[in-house]
Amino acid sequence: MTAELAEPASKIELPAGVGGGGEIPSFDVTLRVRRYNPEVSEDATWDDFQVTMYGTDRVLDALHKIKWEMDGSVSFRRSCAHGVCGSDAMRINGRNRLACKTLLKDLDTSKPITVEPIKGLPVEKDLIVDMEPFFQSFREVMPFLINRGHEPTKERLQSAEDRERFDDTTKCILCAACTSSCPVFWTDGQYFGPAAIVNAHRFIFDSRDDAGDMRLEILNDKEGVWRCRTTFNCTEACPRGIQVTQAIAEVKQAILSRKV
Amino acid sequence: MSATEIQSPRSKAPGVGSGRIAPQYRRSGTSKGNFEMLAWLFMRLSGVVLVVLIFGHLTVNLLVGEGIHAIDFGFVAGKWADPFWQIWDLAMLWLAMLHGTNGVRTIINDYAEKDATRMWLKVVLYAATTVIIILGTLVIFTFDPCPVVNGVQLPGGFCPAP
Repeated sequence: MTAELAEPASKIELPAGVGGGGEIPSFDVTLRVRRYNPEVSEDATWDDFQVTMYGTDRVLDALHKIKWEMDGSVSFRRSCAHGVCGSDAMRINGRNRLACKTLLKDLDTSKPITVEPIKGLPVEKDLIVDMEPFFQSFREVMPFLINRGHEPTKERLQSAEDRERFDDTTKCILCAACTSSCPVFWTDGQYFGPAAIVNAHRFIFDSRDDAGDMRLEILNDKEGVWRCRTTFNCTEACPRGIQVTQAIAEVKQAILSRKV
Repeated sequence: MSATEIQSPRSKAPGVGSGRIAPQYRRSGTSKGNFEMLAWLFMRLSGVVLVVLIFGHLTVNLLVGEGIHAIDFGFVAGKWADPFWQIWDLAMLWLAMLHGTNGVRTIINDYAEKDATRMWLKVVLYAATTVIIILGTLVIFTFDPCPVVNGVQLPGGFCPAP
């Protein structure tokens, strides 16, 4: 085209061995991974892995490196690896985090980084837990639109304000970081848990939905919202930044204002 | 072509759901009634009332007049001669005991891991609560600063000579 085009990047001369944009600092870090294999032993143990990682690496990258280059038997779930699918929630240095959203450089790399399965759900192997109790509670709040009116020929319209009412709780990716950070859930696993309540909130406050009363009745159970002790563990754990404890409080308010 | 069947995803009905859920996570049926909601509401309301009652109690007993130096048997006897303070102390006793009992009940529910442990801890809790509430109520209403036993007044020095 014209001579105003910038010089192509390939023509810039670089010293040998240096990538573009400067070197990324590397460091050694020890990952202390909780291992459990019921086919070998009923007891869980800790395994230490020392890996050299870079400033742009996440805990998930370290786990990949361990699994691909050091010990192929290390088991964990991950799917998209970019904080969307919610598969790789785990307990990193005692806090529930997504391994794919936790940068190693943000952790204290001078000490071993502990990586455990999320608490309160049955461990199947290493970092993999049985999510079925979690999803069962999710199903019980009926997380789908129920509309008793006539089916519209076009989409169901909603004002921006009505949409805003439940915007926060639409962000949930069902990673179970919140429910498995809740001390009430740890005790006996009977509590519905923050995630189920968040997903009920998403429909209870949706102006297009007609089954809010049914969901409130379900959550008025003795294992429902009243078991929340507002410890805010769930809000702290949520990788999507959902104000979980606030959502639970709003559901409490909705039950109260309906009954009293 | 058969119509798509959408099954209601409720775990309560037998045979519905995946059936793979570990037994300790199964909820034993739905709870009817609003007991947990009322307990939750009672905690908030009694808490607010107790703040007023307790700080009123502390102010009158420890700050007003001679303050803490005025407290003795006669002071308490004087207060309980007045129906206002009888009702005040009664409300404080009942609300504080029920508030505290409900708080310990939730702690037991949260921390006891076996159903049997949970039940026995609650039995002890409710027994203690019942005894204290009944005993306290009796004391407030049957308190007699000048008890007479077999026609003889017990020593004390607060009461006018008969």
